[in-house]
Amino acid sequence: MSIFSYLLPKKEKSASVAKERLQIIVARERSTRGGPDYLPQLQEELLMVVRKYVPVDQDAVNVQVDRDSGCEILELNITLPEQE
Amino acid sequence: MTKIVVVTSGKGGVGKTTTSAALATGLAQRGHKTTVIDFDVGLRNLDLIMGCERRVVYDLVNVINGDANLKQGLIKDKRVEDLYILPASQTRDKDALTLEGVEKVLDGLKEMGMEYIICDSPAGIEKGALTAAYFADEAVVVTNPEVSSVRDSDRILGILSSKTRKAEQGEGDIPARLLLTRYSPERVESGQMLSVEDVKEILAIDLLGVIPESQAVLNASNSGSPVILDRDSDAGQAYEDAVARFLGETREHRFLTSTKKSLFGRLFGG
Ligand SMILES: Nc1ncnc2c1ncn2[C@@H]1O[C@H](COP(=O)(O)OP(=O)(O)O)[C@@H](O)[C@H]1O
Ligand SMILES: [Mg+2]
Repeated sequence: MSIFSYLLPKKEKSASVAKERLQIIVARERSTRGGPDYLPQLQEELLMVVRKYVPVDQDAVNVQVDRDSGCEILELNITLPEQE
Repeated sequence: MTKIVVVTSGKGGVGKTTTSAALATGLAQRGHKTTVIDFDVGLRNLDLIMGCERRVVYDLVNVINGDANLKQGLIKDKRVEDLYILPASQTRDKDALTLEGVEKVLDGLKEMGMEYIICDSPAGIEKGALTAAYFADEAVVVTNPEVSSVRDSDRILGILSSKTRKAEQGEGDIPARLLLTRYSPERVESGQMLSVEDVKEILAIDLLGVIPESQAVLNASNSGSPVILDRDSDAGQAYEDAVARFLGETREHRFLTSTKKSLFGRLFGG
């Protein structure tokens, strides 16, 4: 790194932006992994329904299938925005 | 014992075929009887990279369909002992590649005493890629330090952990290792490219090697000679290290820092 880069105003490096974005998307995609093939689609559609009523972020809806002694549980987590 | 290795990535154009050719050649050079199979039905390319395109008579689908036997389909490499190539078919009928058919071919190769079978996967996460990965004992995930490639690699890792024969039989995940290719230390140092640590952290798998972005790869494909045979080149040496690690040797990772920078360059950001 050049000595001048300490003097110049710092611009965020594109690689760190890339890393941050990847960590988020990968975590999201992993959450539906291993479950039934319809999970990602279900997540998408649930998001659309929720958005008809509340403006929420892309990652506000989380679906997950848990296996518990022979029985499967579909776990839904919907994070609503903070009230103003 | 035969080990079946799939070279896969999800995304296209990241270096799977380059890697398959280098890995197979490197293993054979070390005396391991190896076959490299092109699974990219309709888009045969391994033959060009291996420099045997004019010797192709039969292909994988011909062997599966019984138009030719395995010995007729295999092309013996002219440079390296113990190295065989099985080209992909140029047919557009992707259904020609059945799991039963592929299993028969793999069994035949085992009977011939192959130690390694390298499966060069097509891009995507569809049938072609699944077929190439299905019988694998081990995977090499080829990734470029770039967002879409890393994301696709993560998806492929998810598929490997559920859709291989071993996974289906409850034998668990097959070992998968990361090969980061087209790495440019200069761009990493200037913050424009994901670093090897970044990619390792996101994908959370072991690192097999880092292959630098190199003119030698283009030269190698131009001449139809796997880049690992170019012993003086950075990419050739990096692949050579990766093969050694693949076989269990410990080798320090090289070509991770830019060499061009002088003290002057470092001071003035050259
Ligand atoms: N380390 C590298 N340096 C420079 N170019 C590379 C490197 N690895 C691959 N390439 C180039 O990238 C392109 C795609 O490589 P290829 O092995 O055919 O990828 P894939 O099989 O994944 O589609 C080719 O033009 C190849 O020459
Ligand atoms: Mg290819």
